Amino acid sequence: MSEMNNMTAAESAATKAAVMNQVPGPDVEGQSPLHHADFAGLAKRGMQEGGIHLRELALLGHLTLRCDSSNHEQVACVAAILGVSLPLTPLTSAEKGAYSIRWMSPDEWLILVPGLEAFSIESQFRDAMPGHYSLVNSSGGSTVLMLSGDNAVELLKKSTTVDWHLSEFPVGKVVSTLFAKSTATIRRTGDQCFELVIRRSFADYIWLWIQDASLEYGLVIKA
Amino acid sequence: MLHIYCPHCAEYREEEEFHCAGQAHIARPLDPEACSDEEWGEYLFFRKNPRGLHHELWVHAAGCRKFFNLTRDTQSYEIKEVYMIGEQPSVVAGSVQQTTASGAKS
Repeated sequence: MSEMNNMTAAESAATKAAVMNQVPGPDVEGQSPLHHADFAGLAKRGMQEGGIHLRELALLGHLTLRCDSSNHEQVACVAAILGVSLPLTPLTSAEKGAYSIRWMSPDEWLILVPGLEAFSIESQFRDAMPGHYSLVNSSGGSTVLMLSGDNAVELLKKSTTVDWHLSEFPVGKVVSTLFAKSTATIRRTGDQCFELVIRRSFADYIWLWIQDASLEYGLVIKA
Repeated sequence: MLHIYCPHCAEYREEEEFHCAGQAHIARPLDPEACSDEEWGEYLFFRKNPRGLHHELWVHAAGCRKFFNLTRDTQSYEIKEVYMIGEQPSVVAGSVQQTTASGAKS
């Protein structure tokens, strides 16, 4: 452990052998866990007005980073690669352009990047990151839902035990909690706009739950 | 439902996000090979079941997935304090009576 902490960037770059490009190119078709729900079709055929707006951000690159927040070299390295600093305060997030970082625990962050950039970002970490850390591409394990609309907060109140008042839950705050009994990482991206990172295996269940929970408000699918 | 303060998230959350991992402060014998059967059995199987203050290990299973310690009154279910792994509790069985007798907040 102590030896790994003293590893230079060049030495840790030797661990690159474990990195594989999971998405070789844009011509290879990927299917999100909600492929069968056909959001593109529902956006045309379905309701056009309602209190809940739902969109899937499919096939993003999900990178789980674990490192030491007190290691200034590592924190600086992340900022150099992503152009945005690690959010070190609990339950906060940071975003710049297409890159966003969520605080998951005192030594863990979830980074979302465009799907086709995941491999290049991962490689840059392997080349430049010093010391003892872990970076895992978990893109296939989860998907992202964007929930917005006038009744988005009401739907979240039905599904979670978190306080969603703006004074308690400002824009940018992120929590890992239970959404309808399944784990979800929820971030507020606007007053009425939320981002849910959910498990692939629970995606269909949550899709069914959201349809049921938004019956009284009207569900509008956005492509 | 208990309303539990997670010291890592620095926020109160509902009990359903947590999981109790049993009694806290159980030190593994440094040399298991040298233990008698009784000592090893005590370490593995025997736990306190007090009426009153109990120090427990909890994990924020649906949140930050980190462990922490918690002192709870098993009669009133009141949570007396939450403290990090590696720290010692400040509220212990004897201290409560003393602090309440002197009128200080425990």
